Amino acid sequence: MTPKTILSRPVYGTLSPQAGTHHLFVADAEGGGAILDMAKAAPEGFFAGAHIIYIPREAGAAYTGPLQALKPAQYYEGPSIAAALPRQKQTLAPARMGRRLYLAGTEGLIGQAMQAALDAGIDHGSIQTEQRGSLARRVQCVHCKGITEDVTTQPVRCSHCGLLLFVRDHYSRRLAAFQGVCINAEDQSEIPPIEEAFR
Amino acid sequence: MGINFRTETFRDDFSFRNSPEHIRRFPFPFHEDSYMYAVNIEPHVAGPAGSVLEHPIDVDEHYVSEMADRALVLAEDPLRCQSLPHMTLAGWDLLELLMTAKAESYPEHFSLTRDGDRWHWINRPLGIDQKFLFGDLTTLPYGPMEYITRQSQGDFCILDQRDGNLWMDAGIVTTQADWSLDFDIGMNFFEWHAPVPLAHEKGIFTRALKFLTNVQQGKPARRLNWTMTINPRLDTSPENYHKWGPDRATVTPENVGQKVHLRVELQSFWRLPRSNALVFPIRCYLIKMDELVTSPKWARRLHRVIRDLPEELATYKGLTRYRATLVEWLARYDDGTPTSPGFGPE
Repeated sequence: MTPKTILSRPVYGTLSPQAGTHHLFVADAEGGGAILDMAKAAPEGFFAGAHIIYIPREAGAAYTGPLQALKPAQYYEGPSIAAALPRQKQTLAPARMGRRLYLAGTEGLIGQAMQAALDAGIDHGSIQTEQRGSLARRVQCVHCKGITEDVTTQPVRCSHCGLLLFVRDHYSRRLAAFQGVCINAEDQSEIPPIEEAFR
Repeated sequence: MGINFRTETFRDDFSFRNSPEHIRRFPFPFHEDSYMYAVNIEPHVAGPAGSVLEHPIDVDEHYVSEMADRALVLAEDPLRCQSLPHMTLAGWDLLELLMTAKAESYPEHFSLTRDGDRWHWINRPLGIDQKFLFGDLTTLPYGPMEYITRQSQGDFCILDQRDGNLWMDAGIVTTQADWSLDFDIGMNFFEWHAPVPLAHEKGIFTRALKFLTNVQQGKPARRLNWTMTINPRLDTSPENYHKWGPDRATVTPENVGQKVHLRVELQSFWRLPRSNALVFPIRCYLIKMDELVTSPKWARRLHRVIRDLPEELATYKGLTRYRATLVEWLARYDDGTPTSPGFGPE
């Protein structure tokens, strides 16, 4: 579970089957397990109208067989979030009555899939989310605007401009990122130790 | 009698100064000898002649130089001015508000002539003479919000009101106290205030939101906020924190009077007529410690406020590195005598 922090930090729930006719799932790694757990409560025929976009990442093949066994109308396995996002965007492009969106897995996956959904005009409050697995963060460097992916340490060095960033809990849905601010701006000779903080 | 606009800088050689008249009109934010957050919102009604509250939109001696500084910031970083697509109408609302307020309060400097949608705007201090069609984007060199706020002191946030909340959906932010419009745009009231310590627990934002969503057209409201800045730098953005942050380590007992500035934000809140959005101008006033202590009352009171400020607030406001030096310097101006109630110099 994500610890209680500040009000811009997203709050995640537990996936539950919604009334609708088209169910789009986007999940990565341990998020596959969230879909399987939800499926136990799903009504008969629920997955006949489902499209599952799944990125196995470090979970490997643990969930791929059981997810396909749900017999969704469409099943796609992607090698990375970046590779899968165009498919999600294309799927969301035409607005459809009765469509429901479910996001599960790492914060990075939920954030980026949410961002694509917001761009398609879907209200964030209508989207089901469940966080599972890594709490590694996407971080926007407030200085150079570059995004560093899969951040597990505090502080972290910006992969674009090289500044040493303090990773705040302040989160932007629009950017799908936490904010990183130079940790030693007032005296760059101060180098704090880099420790694992998000896993 | 017109305003005598100063030529000065807010970077590099930092030639910013307040004239003696402007020191006296400084919006000192402490009405008592201590400070804690409160929902200090009041109606934005006219104040005494000569004060920063005399006119609904204050224009002062720093106007021309502040606008030159804003142009430099925007040239370096265009992301400081952003407007989500649904906010254009609110931009026209804001343009109308600022043009009519300036022309009415300062006719020797600004004039606005309207013939239906054909408007003619003259801004004499900045040498601008612009005819345009109100509502027609192709007749102005920038979008309406950017056009008029390149001619208006202070930052501006335009808040869309929906679902019982306020959403930061447009703004121009070049003189901010360390928050990023690029990061916060699109957030609701609670989200963009999320990093502020202590105030959430006190219910400050819940009550403030309730008040703000009820602001009526023609009945603006205001509050003061404050922080401190080393050197008279307007652009204390997080974007450039790695450039101005080192200034905080340069404060010594010898240079406090010239380097340390009290930074006061006059925030006001206005309902816009066509869009029903709320515009939130954040006007920044700076004063050097040497200037501030010319009022013995302000000097005594500021000493007590900074000395007794809760640690979380001092950290949030970025005072940690120089607070002790500042308090020691201010102590020389505090003989322990009582201060009179209220904001005024005496």
